[in-house]
Formats: sequence, C-alpha cells, structure tokens
Amino acid sequence: MKLLNQDEARRISDKVMALTKADECRVTISGARKGNVRYARNSVSTAGLVEDTQLAVSVAFGKRQGTAQVNEFDDNSLEKAVRRAEETARLAPENPEFMPAMAKQAFRPSATMHPNAKAFTPEYRAEVAFQSIDAARKKGLVAAGFFADSTGFECIANSNGVFGYQELASLNFTVTTRTEDGRGSGWVNRAAYDPKQFDARAASEIAIEKALRSVEAKALEPGRYTVVLEPSASSDLLNFMFNAFDARQADEGRSFLARKGGGNRLGERLFDGKVNVWADPWDANAPVLPWEQQSMMARQKTDLIRNGQVASLDYDRYWAQKTGKQASADHGNLIMAGGSKSTEQLIAETKKGILVTRTWYIRMVDPQSVLLTGLTRDGTFYIENGQVKHPIKNFRFNESPVVMLNNIDELGKPMLIGDAGSRFRMMIPAMRVRDFNFTSLSDAV
Amino acid sequence: MERRTFLKVSAAAGGTLLVPVFGNAIAAEELLNPLSVQFKKTLADAALNAATKAGASYCDVRIGRYLNQFITTRDTNVENIVNTESSGVGVRVVANGAYGFVATNVMTADAVAEAARQAVAIARANARLQSEPVQLAPVKGVGEVAWATPFTKDWRTVPVKDKAEMLIAANKAALGTGATFMTSMLFQVNQQKYFASTDGSYIDQDIHRLWSPFTATAVDKASGKFRTRDGLSSPAGMGYEFFDAQPRHKVRAAGGVTTLYHGAYDIVEDARAAGRQAREKLTAKSVEPGKYDLVLSPEHLFLTIHESVGHATELDRVLGYEANYAGTSFATLDKWQSKKFKYGSDIVNFVADRTTPGSLGAVGYDDEGVPGKRWDIIKDGVLVNYQATRDQAHIIGEKASHGCSFADSWSSVQFQRMPNVSLAAGTKKLTPDELVKDVKKGIYILGRGSYSIDQQRYNFQFGGQLFYEIKDGKVTQQLGDVAYHANTQEFWNACTAMCDERDWRMGGSFFDGKGQPSQISAVSHGSSTTRFNGINVINTARKIA
Repeated sequence: MKLLNQDEARRISDKVMALTKADECRVTISGARKGNVRYARNSVSTAGLVEDTQLAVSVAFGKRQGTAQVNEFDDNSLEKAVRRAEETARLAPENPEFMPAMAKQAFRPSATMHPNAKAFTPEYRAEVAFQSIDAARKKGLVAAGFFADSTGFECIANSNGVFGYQELASLNFTVTTRTEDGRGSGWVNRAAYDPKQFDARAASEIAIEKALRSVEAKALEPGRYTVVLEPSASSDLLNFMFNAFDARQADEGRSFLARKGGGNRLGERLFDGKVNVWADPWDANAPVLPWEQQSMMARQKTDLIRNGQVASLDYDRYWAQKTGKQASADHGNLIMAGGSKSTEQLIAETKKGILVTRTWYIRMVDPQSVLLTGLTRDGTFYIENGQVKHPIKNFRFNESPVVMLNNIDELGKPMLIGDAGSRFRMMIPAMRVRDFNFTSLSDAV
Repeated sequence: MERRTFLKVSAAAGGTLLVPVFGNAIAAEELLNPLSVQFKKTLADAALNAATKAGASYCDVRIGRYLNQFITTRDTNVENIVNTESSGVGVRVVANGAYGFVATNVMTADAVAEAARQAVAIARANARLQSEPVQLAPVKGVGEVAWATPFTKDWRTVPVKDKAEMLIAANKAALGTGATFMTSMLFQVNQQKYFASTDGSYIDQDIHRLWSPFTATAVDKASGKFRTRDGLSSPAGMGYEFFDAQPRHKVRAAGGVTTLYHGAYDIVEDARAAGRQAREKLTAKSVEPGKYDLVLSPEHLFLTIHESVGHATELDRVLGYEANYAGTSFATLDKWQSKKFKYGSDIVNFVADRTTPGSLGAVGYDDEGVPGKRWDIIKDGVLVNYQATRDQAHIIGEKASHGCSFADSWSSVQFQRMPNVSLAAGTKKLTPDELVKDVKKGIYILGRGSYSIDQQRYNFQFGGQLFYEIKDGKVTQQLGDVAYHANTQEFWNACTAMCDERDWRMGGSFFDGKGQPSQISAVSHGSSTTRFNGINVINTARKIA
C-alpha cells in the first residue's frame, strides 16, 4: 500500500471514529517503506524491503479499553478493526489507572522529513555496500556492515479532536572493518536525516583506519582510568540512566532517583555542573515527532538535567493526576550540551587515558546505583601526552553513568547517534571522564 | 545475545502499556481457525513458479500466521490484554549465485508472484558483490507433511479471565509475603508456519510456546534501599498444561532454600517465595569478593550456557557474518579442526537438539525445510562441531544442514539461529545436596540476573536472582551484590561435578536477539546443578552521590 498523505489519513481516521459506539476512540495510522542491505566477509549477505501501513484502533467503555491493529484499509477491514477493539474492551477488566483520551492538542511541526529525503532503490543500497567493501578490500581488510533507510508517516487522532500528521525519514549506517588475521577491528556509526550528509566511503574509511591501528593490542591492567568516550560509546550508558527518569518509580522508592525516607530527588544536584541535557522535538539536528504516540500529548522542550541538577522527571498522566503534578509526554530525543572540540582535540589535551570507540553488551547490574556492566570494542587505544600511542586490549567495565557524569573533565562536539534500539534519538558529545572503572580484560578483538 | 524486545504496542493503547509487538490485534476466538493448507500451497506454488521463471536457481516460500496473546499485570490491576496476529508471505531466492528476499502481506497469487520476481531482481543487484556463489547443501523434498508442538491444553481456549486471575493471585501472594510491588506477565505464542521450496517440500507446522515472568520488588523507604526477585519459571514449548503443576513437577533446591520446577510451573507458589526472598535481600550480607566454588542451578546456568556455548558455536559468527553486530567467536575453525581444543573439562558434554519435548527450540523442520535433529557440539570437553545452515554445511565438510535456519516473522529473512544447546547430566548418581557437601567456600546461585559477554565470547559477567553462601558443605544465608567474572574456556574447564539426570531440567530464552535488522528467537538450554571451582566473584554494591 502506498504511503498515505494527510488528507487520506484524516479521511480514514474520521471514518474509523464514526464507526464506534464506544465512549471514546483513539486512532493511529503509521506507514513506512523500510529498506536495508547487510554485508559481511566483503559480500552482501541479505537485502530486504518491507512496506507496511498499520492502523491501530483503541476504544473504551468507561475504564475498559481494547485495542486492535490491522493493515488493510477497505471499509470492511476498518469496521472489523473497530469491532475487535470493542470486543476486547468488553472482555477486559476495568483498569483503575485508566486515563480518558487526551484533550485537543496543538502540534507545532518538526522537521522529521528533510527536503532531500527520498526513497532509496536496491541499486543505491548495493552501491553503499560496494563503496564500503571496495574501500576495505583496497586495504586488504574485511568489511561487515548494515545500511537501513526508512521513509514514512505517522497520523494520530482521537474522538476529542486530537489530530496530527507528519512525514519522517532517516538513514542509519554501521560498519565493522577487520583485518584478515582477526587482530584488528574498527567500527563507525552514522545517522542522518539529510541523505546528502551521508557518505558511505568516508564513513568506512574511519572504520578502516581504526582496524589498521588496532592490531597488536597491548594489555593494560584493569583499574580506574581517564577515558575519552566517543559519542556512540557513552550513548547506551546514558540511555539506561534516562530510562529511570520516571517520577513514579522514584516516588515509590524503586530507582536511583528515590530519596531516602520517601519522595524523589527532583532539583538535587546529582551530576557535574557541566552536564546539561534536554529534550526538544524541534532540534534541527535530531528532530522527532512533536507528540507522544501513546498518550497523544504534545511534546515540549524540556530540561532533564540543568547545570548538574535533576531538572524534571517524567510524569505519566495517571501519576501526575495522583500526585498533583503536571503530566509530561515521553521524550523522543535527548540532547546533551557539549563544546566545539572534536574528539581529536580532546585526545590532544589528554595526558594519560584511554580512547573508547564503542561499548558493547551493556546490562544493568544494580538499578539502585544504575551500575552497568559492558565492554569496549572495535578500537580501544592508549593515549599519552595528547597522542594515541598504541592499541590496547578491550576491557570490561562496571560503572554507573551517574558516577560517570560526576567525573567529567571536558565535553566535545555533540553528534547524532544512529538508531541502536534506544527509545530516544540522541545527540551526545564526545567526553573526557576521570576514573572510569575497568574491572577486567577481554581477549576479544 | 539475549534480550527482550519491548516496544509500544500502539499509539492507541492507553496507560503505561509496554508489550512486545508481533502483529495485528485480533479477537481470541479467531485464533483457532488456521488458513487452509490448500490455499497456502496455491500461494506457494505461485511464488515458486514465478521465481523459477524469472531465473532463480532456488526458491523457498514461507507463509506465516503468528498469533500471540500478552497479559500484563501490576499489583492487583490487569494493565493490558492484547491479542495480535501477523500474516504474510516471505519469498527467498537464489539467482546468479546470490540471495534475494521480499515479503508481502498481500496474500494473493499475483502479489506473491510479484514478490518472487522482485526477490530475483534484488538477488541480481547483489550478485556483482558476491565473492563466491551461494552453495546450498542438498535437502530431500518431503512432499506434504505436518508437525505440531505436542500439548494437552490449548492456551487459545483458556478464558482470559482465568489467566488474569492466575497472575493477580501470584501478585497477591508476593505482596502478602513481603513484596512492596509486583508485576507479572503472560506471553503466549502460536506460530502457524507453512514452508515450500523448489526441492519439493510443503511443510505445515503449528508451534506453541509460553512464558510467565514476574518481578517482586521490596522497598525499604527508611534506608532508601530496594531489591527485586524475578520468577524462577522457565519458558516452555508446550500448552497451557504448563501451569498445572503437580508435586512431581516440584524440585527441592539444595539446602531446601526454595522450590524449583520441572515440566510445569506453580507461579503462585513461586511468587509467594519471591515476596519473602525479595524482602530478605534487603538485609542480605554483602559478598566478600574473591575466588569461590560456584554451584549453579539450571534456572541460572542456562543463560551462561546460552551466551558462552550456544552463541559461541554458531557457525555464522565463527565465519564473520555477525561481525558488525553480535560479533564473531573465539571458537574458530582451526580449533575445531585440531580435534583437541579443550572447551571444557572431561565431564563437559554439550548436545544440540531440535527434538527435546517441551523445549522452546523443538520443531519438526527449520525454515529451510531441514528436519530437526540432535548432534554433539562438545564431547568429553572437546569442541567437535558447530551449528550450521544449508549454505554453511560444506564449510565444515558436512553433506547436510543441521537445520538451524529460522526467521522470526514471515517478513524477516531466515538466518542461522541456535537450537537447544544443553549440558548433558552427570553420569554418577549425585543430588544437589550431595554436590554441595564437599564445598568449603562457595556460593549457590539460582535464577537469571544480569548478563554480559564480549563480542567473541571470552569474557563474561553474570549475576543471578538468589545467592546463598555455602560454608563447609552447608547452604547457609543469603548473600547480596554478587556477580561472577570468567573467561569461557577457563570457566568450563573449571567444571568439576554435576548432578545426574534426575536433576536435569531446562531454562530458556524467550527473546534471544541477533541479526540486522534484529530478530528474536526462543531456545531452551538444559543442565543439572553443576559445580565450578575457583571462580572470581566481585561485589557489585556501589554508592552514588
């Protein structure tokens, strides 16, 4: 099915809402054309294209709610979806925490569809793979990468008059380049809204250089080191921490933001004063939809950490009502303030330290302290007197991002992070951090 | 890599709904009417014919209908009940020596024939980058056959009300014994998969799985401390009879510290224990870091097996196909070729198996039409084989695939996924209580906790749900803040004893992630309670500002 324009989407949502006799109705229509190419061992391994448009209908009878999804849009299918949602609602028990449909919202458009965005062809994707593989082959290396593009739209509507429609497109690229003997490995991650900002060959060259420089890694004793974290290396750690910025969890005593004796730590200074993080749907570098799909609430520009202080917590509508606070929409992006220095400049100003390209397999060890474990990967180097001296073996770390953000020396230039499964689109700076806790060595390359 | 895929089910759903998305929501009773086999065969033939006519040297077609139901509860509230359905057709071809894949949810002969032609076009576009042509191990066509997960109680026929009441009863049980908060979920999966290929197979399969995880949280507001204890259930490839636990399904843990389950599960009983144990965790003694002998219960050890043996012996990782994401493997071809690489001690034997009844990985055939089978991976501690698909078999000198090719949806391309990989039970009669008798300084670990391993499967760190000190042969008090670090080869070579088959049972991963775009898979890992000597234990307690 072709992607729907605003008029078509509105017509369908109106038709769906007219079909139900429930107390209220919420509709989401989203469609995308997603293409990808995956390669390894210097050959394409898979390539795919998925086009799909889905309609989700949720209705409520009092506090009983039911949801149905279909991906057909003829009149019979629309009616079928509504009846299924009604049937599920009648079978569902009352939810004491049910919140009625959102009142009419004003959505200020954000630039999620760049004028240069376009749907890519299999030939374009094959060309991306070719450029990356060709660059690696010329250096006698082996490339494994993944390029994915998405073009689509989202429409939300409800029986209280909420309506939003916006198009969106983006691309993501990662490549790991390894030496044939497996002793060196480099990686790069690129994301863009504007295809003209993406250059597969240039990106691949970074992974190639790291692979070539990372052979003959030396072992360094585990311990606390100053680290220069590239933006991708710290994004996963931060993602874990910001997932815990939920007011209810904190109020109930179930997160690091719970205050001893009860209540939460809103307003407390928990991080270095240089740390400033906010969400902004209209940010030119990381635009996201100006609404939260689930609640249909309009997003706002919101500070999460201001000068090291916890500036806001996430209140869903139920918890906000229960505690007498202002409800907030889930954030679509996270932007962390940085400086103007490149990663290379941060390295140049580091007396002794470790450069981390990428972190891997990060898991929560203790939510009480947000203690996370994980490893470095695909380019870990020792820095001495402002220069990358030699590659080092990868480390396992056990560190809390709360501690990490208290030990910041300096921040570099923020960069858009590729889609790595986070619910946030992130702009994160490179950062130099003191006393990062590496607990053991890994032989993995 | 093991992970749960939690995504928002839809914009239209309210509250704090977070459940996995597998497809389109439908009413429960509609789940019981499968697509007719004749209809599926007609669609499949349309694709096979179109692909062949367009120049494909091989084509397979997967017609999928994936039905799921998820129930989520919090304390005494049912947060959501979602029925989902996803149906469609995936067509994979080999043309000019390269793969092409296209999927469509339009289930007409014309649409699948067009998908087949597009797949051939994609294969041709990719062929110029192919360094060597795809080489498929032969599979003998089996004609029209069917396979189904054996079960006695169909989850689709059990009233939703009964299921919700079971979860709420579990929540109340935990809240009654010490938990401050309780969440529980029930995941139920039915995959109706039809496979056809130019080899002459038309395979109709009906696969069922379920899992009921929970988390009990105890909070001490005065100290600001909180601790959780997750359920000790194992997801299973069986029907709703899984919840009809009888005394014969219950296992006494070493020292009688808790009840464990084999073949069926009593979620209310486990939740009752969880509430008490979560509360006890608040005051558990913080572990002294150092070397310990670890006694690992199967409900814990399965995840260590999954990460350090299951993923490490996937041939696609060994060859480099996952290098950009999940990583490669230390278990390289030269180690296998040497026939003497000591992966573990002499008593360590791992078997790969697609046939174990009740397991998550049990199927009749994989997504390349290869029958499920059983084979050795590690024998007497030595690496002897890998897990392979049709296009990999020749690399390890085998004439047939191991049947390890799967896709998580009709819209995903099939690729190498692990079978059940299990540690064989000990051959000497030994109970868990007997196993701990000669442990002077040890820790008994139960349940899955945090887990992390490097991209070549050397260095890992695992936590757990329950940690008990073993002192002079006796299981004593709960410990807190425990995680163990090891290197895979050193760890398995430190394996010194295991209980016999009476204690052997399976744990499992319901949402095992791998690939780009990432796909999930479900797989079981069996073992009996097993001992490892001299493993490095760290203390994970930290203070933040």
